[in-house]
Amino acid sequence: MEALTTRAKEVSRKPMSFAESLYIPNILKGMFITFGHMFKKQPTIRYPEQKREFSPVFRGLHVLNRDEQGRERCTACGLCAVACPAEAITMEAAERLEGEENLYREEKYAARYEINMLRCIFCGLCEEACPKDAIYLSETFAPANYSRKGFIYSKEDLVIPNPLTDPEGYAKAKGAPRAINN
Amino acid sequence: MSDIPLFKVTIDNISIEVPAGTTVLNAARMIGGEVAPPAMCYYSKLEGSGGKCRTCLVEVSKGSEKDPRPMPKLVASCRTTVMDGMEVKNITSAKVVDARASIVEFLLLNHPLDCPICDQAGECHLQDLSYEHGKEGTRYEFQRRTFKKHDLGKYIQLHMTRCILCYRCVFTADQLTKKRAHGILDRGDHSEIATFIEKNLDSDFIGNVIDVCPVGALTDKTFRFKNRVWFLKPMDAHRDCPTCSGKVTLWNRGDEVFRVTARKDQWGEVEDWICNDCRFEKKKTSDWVIEGPRLIDRHSVIAQGHYAGTVGMHKPTETFSAVHHGRQPKLLMDIHSVSEVNQADIDLSIIAGPAHSNNFNSNKD
Ligand code: SF4
Ligand code: SF4
Ligand code: SF4
Ligand code: FES
Repeated sequence: MEALTTRAKEVSRKPMSFAESLYIPNILKGMFITFGHMFKKQPTIRYPEQKREFSPVFRGLHVLNRDEQGRERCTACGLCAVACPAEAITMEAAERLEGEENLYREEKYAARYEINMLRCIFCGLCEEACPKDAIYLSETFAPANYSRKGFIYSKEDLVIPNPLTDPEGYAKAKGAPRAINN
Repeated sequence: MSDIPLFKVTIDNISIEVPAGTTVLNAARMIGGEVAPPAMCYYSKLEGSGGKCRTCLVEVSKGSEKDPRPMPKLVASCRTTVMDGMEVKNITSAKVVDARASIVEFLLLNHPLDCPICDQAGECHLQDLSYEHGKEGTRYEFQRRTFKKHDLGKYIQLHMTRCILCYRCVFTADQLTKKRAHGILDRGDHSEIATFIEKNLDSDFIGNVIDVCPVGALTDKTFRFKNRVWFLKPMDAHRDCPTCSGKVTLWNRGDEVFRVTARKDQWGEVEDWICNDCRFEKKKTSDWVIEGPRLIDRHSVIAQGHYAGTVGMHKPTETFSAVHHGRQPKLLMDIHSVSEVNQADIDLSIIAGPAHSNNFNSNKD
């Protein structure tokens, strides 16, 4: 039969010699290799104390953005939901009442907005579709959870902290400003 | 019909014989496809409509057999009748294509960029027109015109800023209801559709102005903001209506009727006028006899996620328990127990107007 690869080695079925059957030299050889790795550069990092730098195009957990005056930008236009290949986004719209102008930017807003993170594939198409700059994929992972219920993100989980009342939370959710090389 | 002579007309190198008195636009529609110029104001079911928007401009390169001179300017095809031997250029004429792009720019001068909020989005003729014939950018740098808000009753929502002054609604009100109560006030840039005798708006057929409006200026208040049209399921349905034909299209989400409209043909014109009762009051599936899914042009965003034929009319048979000797599938999570969207106790379809924060908050625990 023709060999599938040139690197194939035939298994030797010879009975072991006395020196081999002692094992100790081979064990020492193995331990020496392990010991030698202590002086090499570590490829791993100590997560979560240490974190890797995100790539500028990292697509993590979604945030629903607010404008400079702290009003929600999303107007429930449904374009993110129609663009979503995983059908992860659902919403229900409502009309802004008088007196709610400081909460919502437009006449119509999303009263309910939900992303099912079990379905989401973090492709970022929702971000691309949004005409209102309302949805962004941030630099955060979706945290692990013991139950499936924890992956249904409602508006409370998604809307970014108000930049006027909670500027720190807002800056944190927005992520560090990054240099985009282009 | 035999005493009406047939005229031969050639549009974009396709010849057709039509009875004298036919407009160029209708002759082109008989050929169909891309040859038919877009029309924003002409409506075949409304007498006297057309001639307002100029989107249907075509070039007449040969006037007729007897007088073969070309017409000096582009003409509105909805208002020009054919002549024997006439030769017309629509999409084959660079002049027409260019002029149409300019017309779109004019129509959009004062039109707000409202599509994300507008209920007409997805079935708006102006959206289609600008997508197909318009240019990307705008050169307009001034304040767009604004209007004082008018309340057109509890059924109809008017957004005057979106109006393109096509006059279709005025003709509809005039010809269908016999007692027109709204018209166009003022002139030029200040013209607006307004009620001057507001109480007359509750005529039985006034709801049809919603369907004829090519843009989102007149929309259905009972459907306002409830969903986007492309998430709904259009179905042909009918009922025994004493006032109108009762033939409608239902726009459902699940079993909830979100909206009722007239059926529209391939030119976006209604097939039968329907009455207010059918349109605004019959918001239960049990009010209707459902015929089947409405065929939607596959280029429309509404067609996304929809299937033609009988798909979706029957519940598929569950095979899981059959092949597992009667064992039911184990549900790891029922989405409705977690999700806040589409809750059973909030029936959006039967709320009279658009939902407000109190509709949602009152049910919060
Ligand atoms: S990232 Fe992609 S899959 Fe996830 S919600 Fe957005 S569009 Fe859908
Ligand atoms: S997030 Fe953007 S695309 Fe999605 S509904 Fe809101 S405004 Fe529309
Ligand atoms: S409201 Fe609509 S139908 Fe009436 S003139 Fe304006 S655009 Fe035309
Ligand atoms: S359709 Fe002919 S001018 Fe409007």
